[in-house]
Amino acid sequence: MTCEAWQTKLDAYADAELPAETMRSMAEHLSGCPACTAELVQIIQQKRVTALAGKRYSAPPELRARIRQQIEAKPARGGWQWALGLALAAVVVIGLGLAIVLPSRTAARNRLIAGVVDSHITALASASPVDVVSTDRHTVKPWFAGKLPFTFNLPELGGSPFTLDGGRMVYLDSRPGAHLIYGVRKHHLSVFILQDGGDFSRLLPTAAEPWRSLSFNVTSWSAGGLRYFVVSDAAPEDVSALAELLKRAN
Amino acid sequence: MPDVGKNAEFEALALPLFDSLYNFAHWLAQDRHDAEDLVQETYAKALKGFGSFRPGTNFRAWMFKILRNTFLTSRTGLSSSHTEPLEPGDEDRVLPVTSHTPETLVITQDLGEALQQAIEALPLASREVLLLADVEEMSYHDIAEALSIPIGTVMSRLARARKAARQKLIESGYARKKGTVARQ
Repeated sequence: MTCEAWQTKLDAYADAELPAETMRSMAEHLSGCPACTAELVQIIQQKRVTALAGKRYSAPPELRARIRQQIEAKPARGGWQWALGLALAAVVVIGLGLAIVLPSRTAARNRLIAGVVDSHITALASASPVDVVSTDRHTVKPWFAGKLPFTFNLPELGGSPFTLDGGRMVYLDSRPGAHLIYGVRKHHLSVFILQDGGDFSRLLPTAAEPWRSLSFNVTSWSAGGLRYFVVSDAAPEDVSALAELLKRAN
Repeated sequence: MPDVGKNAEFEALALPLFDSLYNFAHWLAQDRHDAEDLVQETYAKALKGFGSFRPGTNFRAWMFKILRNTFLTSRTGLSSSHTEPLEPGDEDRVLPVTSHTPETLVITQDLGEALQQAIEALPLASREVLLLADVEEMSYHDIAEALSIPIGTVMSRLARARKAARQKLIESGYARKKGTVARQ
């Protein structure tokens, strides 16, 4: 398939609405096509801004009350029937409450992870992915001093397949953090370190758990008040190996 | 005589959608009073027709469908669908190929506002599909159900709507082609 043909499917890919087979072929195409990847980043970014900007109007509270009345406008019934109706309503409300809360939590967590993956893709698509270019952790770590309200350790990479490419500042969920870029064979891995709390601790687990988002492998854990993410298109084993190294260093 | 169980079931299903339905109604009608009337009429119609709702199908898509049909037959809806140009070759049309210099969204405080204006200026067919997909986060299947159009049309309309919104952002200086300077 030509690049132009892939471009017509980018929106559906961003919405995860292509058949599984096509999703996989698209992911393969993207890994070798910076133009389509950059276009995809735009679509994802625009989707996120639209989700926020689109929630523009809120209804007057009287309208909700009026509609509730309209629904409930019914003649009063005898004692036990009324109680039964109420009990049935309570069951439905509780069931529905669970049905709404559970998926909306998953949706919120997926959005959070999608934000982390976006930062990884955006940095790699940029002409200068890192602000401090160094393979030496003793150069990269001090660069963040004074820029972040916390400190962290970077692992010794000797004997591992990983290389450090450098670092940059990042903002995720409105908080500043460190973004480190590592390499393994021909793949890049992003490590994000931020203060834990808010949506991070509410939606994400403390112990490392792997996810896949837009065919990237993601893992996240929290330790010592800090939240760590590792994102990459490399194999899940590489992602967990780098996560292990980081955990041991901190 | 209204059925207590049925009414309670309807209320439990329909009231949590109130905020989303109102937001969508206001985007369609672009007027607060019309949006209020629209939402109230939607609930009245849905309650009346609740017996015909098939359990197991998507209730949310069903409510949005009623709201949208109510809007289309309202005064505002009729005038807006009459004044809008029909889109040629809607069905499964392959989108024009974009250039290989993607735009960069310049994230500023008022980007959200600029995007709101861009969405407002979109033709109704583009606006509704964009809102259902990106604000209501509905699946293509549910959007197809709510708008009574095939999934292929959802796909092509949505891609076109996003591109049109982005084009408006470029025109107002909030996105830029790579290598050009944008207004800050």
